[in-house]
Amino acid sequence: MTTQKARVVEISPLTRVEGHGKVSIHLDENQQVSEARLHIVEFRGFERFIQGRLLWEVPVIVQRLCGICPVSHHLAAAKAMDQIVGVDQLTPTAEKMRRLMHYGQILQSNVLHFFHLSSPDLLFGFSAPSEKRNIFEVIKEFPELAKKGILMRKYGQEVIQATAGKKIHGTSAIPGGISKNLSLAERDHLLQDIEQMIQWSQEAVVLTREYTENHLGLIKGFAHFKSNHMSLVNAAGGMDLYDGKLRAINPEGDKIFDHMPVHQFDQFIQEEVKPWSYMKFPFIRSLGQTDGWYRVGPLARMNTVDFIDTPLANQEHQAFRQYFDHQPCQMTLAYHWARMIEVLHCAEKIRELLNDTDLQGSDLVLKGERREEGIAVIEAPRGSLFHHYKVNEQDQVTYCNLIVSTTHNNTAMNHAVTDVARTYLNGQNEITEAMLNHIEVAVRAYDPCLSCATHALGQMPLKVELYDADNTLISSASQYVSQAADE
Amino acid sequence: MNNSKVATTYTWIIGYGNPGRQDDGIGPCFITRLAQRLPEHLSPHISLQENYQLTVEDALEACDYQRIIFVDASLNGTEPFSYQPVDTRAGGEFGSHSISPAGLIQLCNTLYQHQPEASILGIRGYQFDDFEEKLSPQAQCNVEAALDFLITTLEAHYA
Repeated sequence: MTTQKARVVEISPLTRVEGHGKVSIHLDENQQVSEARLHIVEFRGFERFIQGRLLWEVPVIVQRLCGICPVSHHLAAAKAMDQIVGVDQLTPTAEKMRRLMHYGQILQSNVLHFFHLSSPDLLFGFSAPSEKRNIFEVIKEFPELAKKGILMRKYGQEVIQATAGKKIHGTSAIPGGISKNLSLAERDHLLQDIEQMIQWSQEAVVLTREYTENHLGLIKGFAHFKSNHMSLVNAAGGMDLYDGKLRAINPEGDKIFDHMPVHQFDQFIQEEVKPWSYMKFPFIRSLGQTDGWYRVGPLARMNTVDFIDTPLANQEHQAFRQYFDHQPCQMTLAYHWARMIEVLHCAEKIRELLNDTDLQGSDLVLKGERREEGIAVIEAPRGSLFHHYKVNEQDQVTYCNLIVSTTHNNTAMNHAVTDVARTYLNGQNEITEAMLNHIEVAVRAYDPCLSCATHALGQMPLKVELYDADNTLISSASQYVSQAADE
Repeated sequence: MNNSKVATTYTWIIGYGNPGRQDDGIGPCFITRLAQRLPEHLSPHISLQENYQLTVEDALEACDYQRIIFVDASLNGTEPFSYQPVDTRAGGEFGSHSISPAGLIQLCNTLYQHQPEASILGIRGYQFDDFEEKLSPQAQCNVEAALDFLITTLEAHYA
């Protein structure tokens, strides 16, 4: 019998994923990976924070939850509050303004992720040294690519500013509607660059498609595992990022449930708690905890929807499906291709909406019969986002439960980390930078938002810690040094 | 707040952080207070902005300015605040979806061949771990001290 102790390798926090996470890799006595766990420090205090607030405040306050996707929370909360004020269908102007805001948000978020977070890995390779594998090197070697990323991101922010009233802390989505329409000046300003945005979106799709085609061997062997997938779909089964009903498919592409009304979500989805993680693990009730976990986000949406209702993105979606023989794509790294198809879709939708005169309408807000509960789902950049509220007669929130995209993907990310750890760490005595980055690449593909909004000066650099079976620290290393100011 | 620019003497002051996370909101709070206290004659020279964090497109904005002052909460820095140049030699950082001050200046310089003079005002905070739209009492005092300092500095610069 060997006397070698089991080890736990910890990687904390992750770089280039949102917020802070830690990966612990559990090695057995034979130095083989037994399990890898992604620990995410999720702030669960938000539900308490929101209790007692007036329903009218909620769509604005929820933006404090996340500095990365405040618009998604703004819109999801507004949709839930629509139900509480008794409005099931907004006016055309209100719904289209909100949709325009949403497409701007997804465009800018997906662009930022691809051009500035993931491109260093794809352009330089996962094993490139950290001093090479970062956005600043991309800028040096591919300045035009970096500029396009910045300008596309800026465009998305301008769409948000025009629709939400402000670039940050938007206030326009209110219970029952919207507080502003799109002026002709705002419309004309956004129309000036939309064709350029569509062209660059097409180029980005080509870039990610060719990357997938040219590196298929790598992609097939990297965090490639079967899972269920879930997203909203519209009445015809097509992509709808703002509204719709839920569809889940199994690894073979068969429907687990379809057109499930979002207000019934807790009949289909259950959240599991595990002792080692602050974040819950949702699963599909009918399949149970072991088999019921699923993926959300761009890859899941490519797998669940039958079509995309904009021509260029639909063409790319069909190519995507055909490339994977019309079976659900299970390759983690295909998230990047899927994400860029969605960017193209959003750019096309923005053009479509900017040419719709309903956006200049003046019928902005509706009221209906008051209800006590509101449940909304929106397809945020990272995947399905659930907001559930109960409100008392004094209009105060008495209950709040949010299931964010990163939580939906929790089990999938753990599978991805375990898969990569088994491939790249088994039998190794030393944790190299390239190995670490392979794990980060896998997590980063899901673009997780790890309780993101605090970022004050002096935060920790990436730190790797190695413990023996007695939990004694035997080795540690830093991945890179954080900013020097004020430390 | 005056948004008309005065060519290359223009200063951009950007405070960032999440006002919903206690002292992480020091940067935005500072900008709000500075807008209230900024002497009238300085307004044409200064542009104020708040955000959750620095982002890559801020590099485009930075191209329009000769000077940038970043204002952020500090977890463990000097009390009540520190003020120092941004050291771009240390290299940039784009750790998650946000960019560091040094990274932003580097981005501006590399992509657009413009390197504004940049400083960072790090104001010490103490409470970051809960959801609350309020600064701690000590952080509020630190913000006021930093305001006194920066207004004096700006007065001297534009005298």
